[in-house]
Amino acid sequence: MATQEVHYPDPAGRLATAPGPAAAGGPSPSTKGEDLLPDIHGEKMVLNMGPSHPATHGVLRIVLELDGEIITKATPDVGYLHRGDEKIAENMTYTQFIPYTDRLDYLAPLANNVAYALAVEKLMGIDGKLPPRCQYIRVICCELARISAHLLGLGSFAMDVGALTVFLFTFTEREKIYNLIEALTGARFTTTYTRIGGLSRDLPPGWVGQCRKFLDEVVHNIDETEQLLTRNKIFVDRTKDVGLIPREVAIDYGLTGPNLRGSGVEFDMRKAHPYLVYKDLEFDIPIGSVGDAYDRYLIRIEEMRQSVRILRQCLDKLPGGAENGSHEPVNVPDGKTVLPEKRKVLTSMEELIHQFILVTEGMNAPPGEVYFGAENPKGELGFFIHSKGGGTPHRLKIRAPSFVNLSILPYLMPGHMISDTVSIFGSLDFVMGECDR
Amino acid sequence: MTARELAQQLKTAFGDLISEAEEFRGEISVNVANAEKIAEVCGHAKRELGFDYLVDVSSIDNYGEDPRWTVVYHLYGYGHHCSLRLRTRVSEELSELPTVTTIWRTADWHEREAYDMMGIRFRGHPDLRRILMWEGYPYFPLRKDFPLSGRPTNLPEVAFSKPAPLEGGPFVTIAGGKDSTAREPRVRLPETDDVPLNARLERRADIKEAHGKSHGPGKVGTP
Repeated sequence: MATQEVHYPDPAGRLATAPGPAAAGGPSPSTKGEDLLPDIHGEKMVLNMGPSHPATHGVLRIVLELDGEIITKATPDVGYLHRGDEKIAENMTYTQFIPYTDRLDYLAPLANNVAYALAVEKLMGIDGKLPPRCQYIRVICCELARISAHLLGLGSFAMDVGALTVFLFTFTEREKIYNLIEALTGARFTTTYTRIGGLSRDLPPGWVGQCRKFLDEVVHNIDETEQLLTRNKIFVDRTKDVGLIPREVAIDYGLTGPNLRGSGVEFDMRKAHPYLVYKDLEFDIPIGSVGDAYDRYLIRIEEMRQSVRILRQCLDKLPGGAENGSHEPVNVPDGKTVLPEKRKVLTSMEELIHQFILVTEGMNAPPGEVYFGAENPKGELGFFIHSKGGGTPHRLKIRAPSFVNLSILPYLMPGHMISDTVSIFGSLDFVMGECDR
Repeated sequence: MTARELAQQLKTAFGDLISEAEEFRGEISVNVANAEKIAEVCGHAKRELGFDYLVDVSSIDNYGEDPRWTVVYHLYGYGHHCSLRLRTRVSEELSELPTVTTIWRTADWHEREAYDMMGIRFRGHPDLRRILMWEGYPYFPLRKDFPLSGRPTNLPEVAFSKPAPLEGGPFVTIAGGKDSTAREPRVRLPETDDVPLNARLERRADIKEAHGKSHGPGKVGTP
């Protein structure tokens, strides 16, 4: 039987050792098994992975075309978690949409809240007026979210390739982060912590101390995780040279975040276009040298260490100190944009009026278009807001990093074995809530 | 080099096709007058101006205005760290413009999403299918005339218009049955597997009636 589709991309070079297309086409000198094997190479099997599969971390369906155990074609099918967030956003005020951002990358809701608030503040032109304490607390939120998301990403990645212990280690630390987030926002997952122009509340008493204690503990945990994985033969064998993304391809497919840096592109929104107070903080950007799953793993480990470093600086530099003795504000003093303090709403006429207008009509955004991209744990989370003025966006486009990162799968998967899919999925570290929106 | 200079260079290369750069909140946008030229403009921006990263492709529904659609491209260059926004308008009658997938491969899914949500087609796209909604969904939900509450569809409850790869396999429920009993794979009758799906479902209903509540391959022959 002649093979029709014998040409498929092979980024990992796996197919070089398999019987090549030329062998099936015409006579070649060393084709002893040609008579015995032509059908084996020609027959393709279709394997349907997901949408409910433990390694897909949610509801990703991928249709794999297999030649034996080698993937020859991969067609991802996304959208199982589509909720129409962009449509919903067009029908509510800017503030009302904040809870929906929790549910984008639900492993790092605080970072989503911050990114969205910054996008709307850019539209309102108040992003430069944010009080320093607010900016520091937002950075703390982003970095805690990053550690939490990477801990989960690494834990499940390691579990998928057979190292269950790591998962238990990292989830112990995540639990502590969730306790901190609960103390901070009142919720563990659905934080809704930011407001347009500020935060819903200041740090609770004693929180900074708890956070410092956590940071001291998490560095040990990161070290232990690394000891379990970095030189682990099984882990290295399953990740090295798997899911290789060359630098140009990573850029071409628009990868962002650790996946882009894994391929050796030194780019981080926090460095390239610093928002909040990132320009005042010292941290390094880890980049990979090869671009395989192992590099992406190493980068996530190092990013967590850098996040700890950022967090320590933030806690030290926090304006007003741990308990905010000097009563530093956390909200922009602009009653026409920022929701007033609840205490004042109940006692003061002016704040009551502001509250009423902001809740019923929303703030009066100017007409215009802004795009703001933040460096989230998964990559660049961008919000493109097209405003025609008034309290609701005319169009709000969410540029979800997981959506873009997944679009590389049809390029990346062919040439790998089926068992490599879990390494690739784990190393790309996507979350479907964000991909499908 | 600043984004404004890059926009000026783009204008120098294409003349009247490119509008004057507009600045809002520090972001530079230019309008491309003819959507048919968007691929050329993007290709030039990537090759000559170093915009190697396509951040995003969005679509806007200007409901009630004449060119109804705006397609927005966000470009970024890793070399010069500048962003540029390209906007182009497409009329509702045409609803079509050239693809940029040949320039940046990341445009593939962005364009599929724009097609899925707004119904704007990208000519030359290698695989322009729905991406977030299911294949065969009849509406474009992000259009302004699509209600927030959604619209009922006459489609069956199955999400796929094409058979799933394992359709007909021994452990796959048969979609489209009235209830879970009719969808149950174990009541499959080998002799009816050649019969089209609808007839099979009817046949199955007959069996169910004849044998009361009991079903399953073991029960078929028993009185």
